[in-house]
Amino acid sequence: MCGVGKVYLDRTEERMYDGEFGETVQQSMEILVALGDIYGAERMVDISSAQVSGVSYKTIGDAGLEYLEDLRARGAGVKVASTLNPAGMDLQRWREMGFSEEFASRQIRIVEAYSAMDVMNTCTCTPYLIGNVPLRGSHVAWSESSAVSYANSVLGARTNREGGPGALAAAICGKTPEYGYHLQENRRATLRVDVECELSGSDYGALGYITGKIAGEGVPYFTFNGHPSADDLKALGAAMASSGAVALYHVDGVTPEYMEASPDEAGESITVDAGDILEAREELSTTDDDPDLICLGCPHCSLDEIRRIASFLRKNKPACDLWVCTSAAIGSAASRMGYTDVIEAAGGMVVSDTCMVVAPVEDLGYEVLGVDSAKAANYVPGMCGLDAVYDDWMNLIRP
Amino acid sequence: MEVDCRVISRGKGRGPVLVSTEPLSFLGGVDPGTGRVIDQKHPLHGRSMKGKVLLIPGGKGSTVGSYVIFQMAKNETAPAAIICLNAEPIIATGAIMAGIPMVDRPSEDLLGLLEDSMEVEVDAEEGKIRF
Repeated sequence: MCGVGKVYLDRTEERMYDGEFGETVQQSMEILVALGDIYGAERMVDISSAQVSGVSYKTIGDAGLEYLEDLRARGAGVKVASTLNPAGMDLQRWREMGFSEEFASRQIRIVEAYSAMDVMNTCTCTPYLIGNVPLRGSHVAWSESSAVSYANSVLGARTNREGGPGALAAAICGKTPEYGYHLQENRRATLRVDVECELSGSDYGALGYITGKIAGEGVPYFTFNGHPSADDLKALGAAMASSGAVALYHVDGVTPEYMEASPDEAGESITVDAGDILEAREELSTTDDDPDLICLGCPHCSLDEIRRIASFLRKNKPACDLWVCTSAAIGSAASRMGYTDVIEAAGGMVVSDTCMVVAPVEDLGYEVLGVDSAKAANYVPGMCGLDAVYDDWMNLIRP
Repeated sequence: MEVDCRVISRGKGRGPVLVSTEPLSFLGGVDPGTGRVIDQKHPLHGRSMKGKVLLIPGGKGSTVGSYVIFQMAKNETAPAAIICLNAEPIIATGAIMAGIPMVDRPSEDLLGLLEDSMEVEVDAEEGKIRF
């Protein structure tokens, strides 16, 4: 190979790059080498799983559809366990939800192209809740920003924020260039965040919103009064990955790498109090109007979150439409537990495979979305052109 | 003249050079049907990159831009080759997906040496730019 600043390839990787394993492996290896060169990686590492974004037809359009069908026709297939990000609609119930045939047929073709390459069409941003669970210290190539944050921070796996095509190339080769969060030296804290107040519900999203804006691409280290749950951390990480580009954080005494994070050497530190949280919660709402759709499950709900929502809905009915977004796998468990029936009896819906950010909700006639996710509140106004009301889900359902 | 550079996407391409002094987002910035720059704020607004050697500082915008470059190749509206001063992931990935030869980090100041429409060859096998 020629030129300066080239990533080192071993014998097998050279052969992949030179086309001995076929054209799609060659092209994918070229993408990984280019990314490695751009980011200054010294070598490739083997990955144990991939998580691929670029699924919603609303996001990738005809250009993405054409590429995936082309790749499929050339016989591409993945080498490691790979799961798919949410699609632009519920793959089963799109018709009754009002999605157009035109949108649906293209969305289905995208998902089919991925399935043919063996990317599991589980369509979720929380693959770690349904079996794509990387072990501590393992290298993976994930692309959904909230899942990247969870994998790095809560599970202790190692991934950068991959773009969709990069994650797919990594899945096809079973490798990724070693730079960024794959390297120990980049996993140390850069910002200390001392949280002085007790937090509950949507406070975690508000905290993430504040922290992400300050941290940027940095690594926050939190000290809390109480003990956050896994679902709290899911919301916190998603918020920081949307208001900033945070791919990794640590929580004192909680997350697996906090002892190696060297918070005392973090260059910056902030304290967050109840007033800051309240201010952020207000900033995340763009209107005082009542929502006409409450959309929960950004990131996708865990079974326990659905259990709590169902339990509340036994005594309370939402004043407007209600979506509880999750994966098909968790949705099916919720049906078996009877939670889906309870939610639907109250006028809500358990929606699989999609969410308010990647579905074209603006085409379904809604104007104001009620959300308990700071990530959703951050993206809905820009990506859907709708207003957002940010609050705890209980307050949204029973205003 | 021959200038050294780094290979990003292998292959060879030649054509008249189209010089962009500003980064460009392919998503929303370029019409894949015609190959024309449609970003009204971009200095190349209205110009077509079809069959040209695109010289650009780098890319910006959404990663969906990579798919747009692929779509341009399918539509035969893509540039014949791309030279970036410093490659970034969106254009690099798109060029490889689309089979467009691409190099970066030229060893000479190309913005000073190349004028619009000069005939340029990008040899992204040997890592050379010739004009």
